[in-house]
Amino acid sequence: MTIHERDIDKLCVLARLALDEGERKHAHDDLTRIIHMIDSLASVATESVEPLAHPLDATQRMRADEVTERVERDAFQRIAPSVRDGLYLVPRVVE
Amino acid sequence: MNPFATVTELADGIRAGQFSSVELTRYYLERIERLDARFNSFITVTAERALAQAAAADARYRAGTSTPLTGVPIAHKDIFCTNGVRTSCGSKMLDNFIAPYDATAVARLDAAGIVTLGKTNMDEFAMGSSCETSFYGPVRNPWDPARVPGGSSGGSAAALAAGLTPAATGTDTGGSIRQPAAFSGICGLKPTYGSVSRYGMVAFASSLDQGGPMARSVADIALLLDAMAGFDAKDSTSAINGHDGKAAAATAARPKPMKIGLPTEYLAMLTDPAFARVFDEARRVLESLGHTLVEVSLPHTAAAVPTYYVIASAEASTNLSRYDGVRYGHRCEAPVDLTDLYERSRSEGFGREVKRRILTGTYALSVGYFDAYYLKAQRVRRLIRDDFVAAFGSVDALLAPTAPGVAFPIGQISDPVEMYQQDVFTVPASLAGVPALALPCGFHEGLPVGTQLIGPHLSESQLLALGADYQRATDWHRRTPPRVE
Amino acid sequence: MKWESVIGLEIHVQLATRSKIFSGASTVFGAPPNTQACGIDIALPGTLPVLNEAAVRMAVTFGVAIGASISPRCVFDRKNYFYPDLPKGYQISQFDRPIVGAGRVELRLDDGSIRTIRITRAHLEEDAGKSLHEDFAGMTGIDLNRAGMPLLEIVSEPDLRNAKDAAAYFRQMHTLVRYLRICDGNLNEGSMRCDANVSVRPAGTTDLGERTEIKNLNSFRFLERAIDHEIARQIDVIESGGRVHRETRLYDPDRDETRIMRSKELSDDYRYFPEPDLLPVVVDEAFIAKVRGSLPELPQQKRSRYVSELGLSDYDASWLTDDPTVARFFEAVLAECGEAKLAANWVMGDWSAALNRRELPPDASAVTAAQPLRGRSPNRCSNRCGTRPIRSATSTR
Repeated sequence: MTIHERDIDKLCVLARLALDEGERKHAHDDLTRIIHMIDSLASVATESVEPLAHPLDATQRMRADEVTERVERDAFQRIAPSVRDGLYLVPRVVE
Repeated sequence: MNPFATVTELADGIRAGQFSSVELTRYYLERIERLDARFNSFITVTAERALAQAAAADARYRAGTSTPLTGVPIAHKDIFCTNGVRTSCGSKMLDNFIAPYDATAVARLDAAGIVTLGKTNMDEFAMGSSCETSFYGPVRNPWDPARVPGGSSGGSAAALAAGLTPAATGTDTGGSIRQPAAFSGICGLKPTYGSVSRYGMVAFASSLDQGGPMARSVADIALLLDAMAGFDAKDSTSAINGHDGKAAAATAARPKPMKIGLPTEYLAMLTDPAFARVFDEARRVLESLGHTLVEVSLPHTAAAVPTYYVIASAEASTNLSRYDGVRYGHRCEAPVDLTDLYERSRSEGFGREVKRRILTGTYALSVGYFDAYYLKAQRVRRLIRDDFVAAFGSVDALLAPTAPGVAFPIGQISDPVEMYQQDVFTVPASLAGVPALALPCGFHEGLPVGTQLIGPHLSESQLLALGADYQRATDWHRRTPPRVE
Repeated sequence: MKWESVIGLEIHVQLATRSKIFSGASTVFGAPPNTQACGIDIALPGTLPVLNEAAVRMAVTFGVAIGASISPRCVFDRKNYFYPDLPKGYQISQFDRPIVGAGRVELRLDDGSIRTIRITRAHLEEDAGKSLHEDFAGMTGIDLNRAGMPLLEIVSEPDLRNAKDAAAYFRQMHTLVRYLRICDGNLNEGSMRCDANVSVRPAGTTDLGERTEIKNLNSFRFLERAIDHEIARQIDVIESGGRVHRETRLYDPDRDETRIMRSKELSDDYRYFPEPDLLPVVVDEAFIAKVRGSLPELPQQKRSRYVSELGLSDYDASWLTDDPTVARFFEAVLAECGEAKLAANWVMGDWSAALNRRELPPDASAVTAAQPLRGRSPNRCSNRCGTRPIRSATSTR
């Protein structure tokens, strides 16, 4: 599958990345080569083969419904970029 | 003191009163200070903490409550969360991140009385095969500082090779413990998926990541594995009946004669005859020890690299979405709105390879491409896993190369696809979730070569016993780089 | 032109577990900001989800109660999008293999008729945190206490035909989840929220018109008004020659109108894929049988029993069974005085009035309500009942 530069732009929006002109070109070149490599998967026969969820085919364990975490808010927020009154601050979001 | 001593030798030394853990720790801290500028293998050195842990270790010896690892220094790959200590993952994004908790693997080793010297350098967010993508600069191979040590656990490998630590931890998603072990002439184990807890190990590709030990001998690997591995309720992918904790005991005894498979498809990829001869030597040694070598087929080998890159990139692209400048990590200056906050924080915080993988992964998961890429890759993955299961129906282990060549010069490989081909011998075992051990088996053009032993799921004790058997008959693992005092 | 409206509801039910769906943090409402958001909830690097058994049990309870199929092996998926109240940058939800499959609900309308509403599916997912937009000059404050709360999202087929019926359906589900003790039903605290998918078409036709989604409705009254407004708006647009666009809208109760939700203008590709940190969830026959065996008497069963066995009128039976707390209290009163009609009259009359006067909810101590009535009313029942402490029905946990 061919990837165009405008596809790179769409991917950047989805991934919240901003690339400059030079980076965008490189990303397009890189992804073109990478996608060419992964396109080779199409030639592997996989009819009636189930996707593999876990290499040992294990299933989910469930835990008992108990409160086990004592939250140390100060320890967590000490490393936060912007906090006030216990809240994480971000630029105003308009709904 | 011998900086290249094994963990076993050092623990014996402390127990025999030849030196204390504090003396030993000081010795390694001084070496790091004096020599690491050449190799750049450490990002953070935790000298104060290490000495405090060493003092506590000495007290345990006096009290008679020591374990075989007590008082022995270790270096943790900077992907493991260490409480109160910077955990950067080799990235600007987490350069200011002081982890508020310990990874389970770290806590288990701490409980055994091990002493943490510091955090080692790595490819950014574990994405790489050369340790050239770190925000903190490339790591240099002690065997030749103009060359890479391998990646992504290159800092741990280089620190071991240079005698700056006797033990280290790494993580392996597609070869990131094994390939640097091979390039740096040391030993490294990627355990069975699910046997070492992933809690506190910053995620790259969830269904592939495994933490594991790196050391100078297989016997050391076994000791470290026994302490690190085990069920963890905090990790849903953790195996309930995983590693049996008896690897150290298993490596002490000679294993029974084993049938060892040589994968045809791997041998076909060894195009350099001189390089191939090094593996022939390893095979000859195993035969002389009474094991039988036969050829086996792993038919879907050629599909492994593309399968790996689709799955790893897809999972990584979403695992890295949490890095948004809101709760921790890098945040851009004066964001004007939410989009600006996200875009600039992430673009400034991530390096080029990480961005490449995020974009690739986002592409593979996009509407319209999901079936062709992600779902397809997971189907092929089942076929690759089944290849191994079938092979182990007739052999006990596999012998394989670890990397397609020796350590290459820093800056030589710039094409991402060419770099991905470094993983051709390591990604299949990652996709299958089987354990794989890399150990030194010779030299090529003066540089270390590592061979791989691969076993069935949860066969670590048997696999390590075979590796230890090999190491009793060879001394490749005792070689040290020239020009490193 | 006569128009017909077609409505489907997605109800988000906050499950009444003690801890969150993927972490062991507390779920108690009203704690100071971020004091109930542990490392997993704030998505610290290296943290991993572990599944709460009670959330699964409550989802299966709902499925069994509506006669739905329960998936023997369901999967969690990542729904990827960026928003500050979503710490991981993805929500763990269920995409194409939900825990509960198709079921049905018999909706009782005001006029006594029954309308079958088909349930498409119900799935488990985690809730996001909250954004506080006031008080922070130019900034929004994020509280992640709610991040990771367990939600059961119940999706109905577009079988509703007017706003009144939609409100009745929401009300009936509200009653059901409280009976099942899987949700406290506290709308003010956001325990249940509803998104309405609304479209219109010429009466008598079968093709579906373009639909809009109205998000985050948390009251029966607002739901009805919002849908009525939206139906009128869509008809207006079409009759003026325009076209209805697929949009996400919010209801503004002060202006009684719906408007487009800004953040949803950029439609995201959610890139759903199976959550690799969680494994497939197996629910076996034994588990389902145990849940079935522990099901309480359902509201419709209770109502039927009040009519057929206790001889109460349809109206009285409906009134008494609408709220499980009231039903429990009525049954306790009945146990004391042994006369159904008397007990019903007293509960619906004096007792209800006393609660209203004191502005108490039915689950406040029923004893407090009963005591002032002692000796005051000549009613035989209250004399007998008021002298003994009556166990109050309290929380659903």
